[in-house]
Amino acid sequence: MSDLLRLATAGSVDDGKSTLVGRLLYDTKSVLADTLDAVHRASADRGLATPDLSLLVDGLRSEREQGITIDVAYRYFATPKRSFVLADTPGHVQYTRNTVTGASTAQLAVLLVDARKGVIEQTRRHAAVLALLGVPRLVLAVNKIDLVDYDEVTFSRIAKEFTAHATALGYTEDAVVEIPVSALAGDNVVEKSANTPWYSGPTLLEHLENVPVEPDPHDAPFRFPVQYVIRPRTAEHLDYRGYAGLVAAGTVKPGDEIVVLPSGRRSTVTKIDTADGELPEAAAGQSVTLLLADDIDISRGDLISVAGNEPKVTDELDATLCWLAEKPLRAGARVLVKHGTRTVQAMVTELRDRFDEQTLSSVDSPASLELNEIGRVALRLAEEVPLDDYSFSRRTGSFLVIDASDGSTLAAGLVGAPLPLLEDGVESCTGGSAATPDDHALVSPGP
Amino acid sequence: MTLALDTLGRLESEAIHIFREVAGEFDRPVILFSGGKDSTLLLHLAIKAFYPAPVPFPLLHVDTGHNFDEVIEFRDRVVAQHGLRLEVAKVQDWIDDGRLEERPDGTRNPLQTVPLLDSITQHKFDAVFGGGRRDEERARAKERIFSLRTAFGQWDPKRQRPELWNLYNGRHRAGEHVRVFPLSNWTELDVWNYIEREGIELPDIYYSHEREVFLRDGMWLAEGPWGKAREGETLQRKVVRYRTVGDGSCTGAVESDAADIHAVIAEVAASRLTERGATRADDRLSEAAMEDRKREGYF
Repeated sequence: MSDLLRLATAGSVDDGKSTLVGRLLYDTKSVLADTLDAVHRASADRGLATPDLSLLVDGLRSEREQGITIDVAYRYFATPKRSFVLADTPGHVQYTRNTVTGASTAQLAVLLVDARKGVIEQTRRHAAVLALLGVPRLVLAVNKIDLVDYDEVTFSRIAKEFTAHATALGYTEDAVVEIPVSALAGDNVVEKSANTPWYSGPTLLEHLENVPVEPDPHDAPFRFPVQYVIRPRTAEHLDYRGYAGLVAAGTVKPGDEIVVLPSGRRSTVTKIDTADGELPEAAAGQSVTLLLADDIDISRGDLISVAGNEPKVTDELDATLCWLAEKPLRAGARVLVKHGTRTVQAMVTELRDRFDEQTLSSVDSPASLELNEIGRVALRLAEEVPLDDYSFSRRTGSFLVIDASDGSTLAAGLVGAPLPLLEDGVESCTGGSAATPDDHALVSPGP
Repeated sequence: MTLALDTLGRLESEAIHIFREVAGEFDRPVILFSGGKDSTLLLHLAIKAFYPAPVPFPLLHVDTGHNFDEVIEFRDRVVAQHGLRLEVAKVQDWIDDGRLEERPDGTRNPLQTVPLLDSITQHKFDAVFGGGRRDEERARAKERIFSLRTAFGQWDPKRQRPELWNLYNGRHRAGEHVRVFPLSNWTELDVWNYIEREGIELPDIYYSHEREVFLRDGMWLAEGPWGKAREGETLQRKVVRYRTVGDGSCTGAVESDAADIHAVIAEVAASRLTERGATRADDRLSEAAMEDRKREGYF
């Protein structure tokens, strides 16, 4: 059965990520002939005997001139088993911004390390950000395995170290897979390599094709942010009043008791409508239109929830922010919060701590949150808003922080503290020093 | 019954979500509609997003005047059938009053930008839906679903926003607008598979037919208001179809006997297979890809 896997890749350029992504595209025959031609020509021009697959994904010259190579690029490939949407996130500068963006919708992330270097600081940071964003599964591609002579011991050591780190971040062992690959030579990317007889696991593509895709949990309580009110006002549909949206969590059936938040008004679902006809049931991920038994005042920004298991409605927001703007965040900042389909004014009342991804520890009461830093904050909202924890739902537990003056997106927001390590008082899990109020000791461990 | 959506179901749901977000947050959206494959798909999704209400946006066609009759006939029929409002910005009008000059090569694709921006300003459109897909070209792989444009229609890389979860930030200043690409995550094959599944009608020229064509710069061009075969170019009767439709002076046909949607899907799917490990490109495919790119000037 063909379905869709959204994945993100993370790793620095030196790890051979462009080559690995290029290899996946090339070996799954996802490259159009003219593009391939250009790569063959460019490779020949450079005197290379085999095509340089990284050219398939590297940006165009005009792009480099504009200085936007540091950005997430989306790639598409398919096999008879699955379609893939790959968010290719560069690792160098602004790694958090890119990783957060790619990870926000990913069901799986592929992290790259160089077999000669093993798990490095950036690997740990990436894994921590992926865990924070709730990416359900990780793959560690131990690349350039050919350069360590396909050594099993080296691979096992790296795999063990990474599993330990991922487990500390809350991953179960079956959610993490390590694969020895050579993107350049093609070992274990698509085809099983004869050079690693000691490795019995899947190739990278086999794993991507067969890994279970976590469905949106159907037993979760129903959540439905109202996007738009559909009122045709035509003779045929004179009294039609439908609430259009995408089911964010759970399922809904006609007859279900619902509550509209933040107003708290109650009603019953009478019909689930689509252009293809009525549905007996709708589940997370589906765009539908709900009709209710009662004529109550509902507009864009409201949340329809199952009655009896509702999110808390509050004007106090305890959240984790991934700060994505050049301009640092300080306590007292006035911002906009876009949550679901509602945008409200907000004030950052307190910076509680800053997460140090390297030591997996937190720094209390930082003076600011700078670009690419992650921290826990308290926000006061101008209106009451229904909020779920991010750990309950990536859709209803996430929000944007927006600059009210220029409209730019300042931060990715997660309701609550999705990573247990961000809870107060948790100490380092990697054997490093415990959380300390001394900012500078942790900001840059130094070269 | 299973509630899990398949790939096409997910792509459809995502596109519908995007249409509804724009309807909820913008004052004057517009859909670019030429009658071509991608804009016809866009319109189909918009109709589904607001059913049973009419689509709450007008359509805009930036018309080069170098049209295929079949496409204009199709465009007008679809507009009438769904009771839509269509604005047409004719490049010819801009040439007639001197705002634009005809190019020496006679091609009008690059001339569409000014009438498009003038129309956006004149009608105060603040969201402009286009059919662009990220799989079309390397250069498009980093395009956002909501792409902020300055008052001059320019794309400022530094002001593009990270797109997180399915939360779109469409805030813009007066005079600025946002280009919106609901098909961002679709591939060409997804588009054709969906057209088949939904039974979406397209202009006939997407399917194989006999046509008098001549070869120029490696492309099979037809004669029309945009010009005729020059000396040394011979008209030949060939079985062809078009992969894209645009300015007739530079939109080439490909030789194909794919007469219906099933044959087209087989062709699109097979064209990927023939590229397996290919070291030499199939000329026909190269041309088609080149054609796809010619549209880039438009959007």
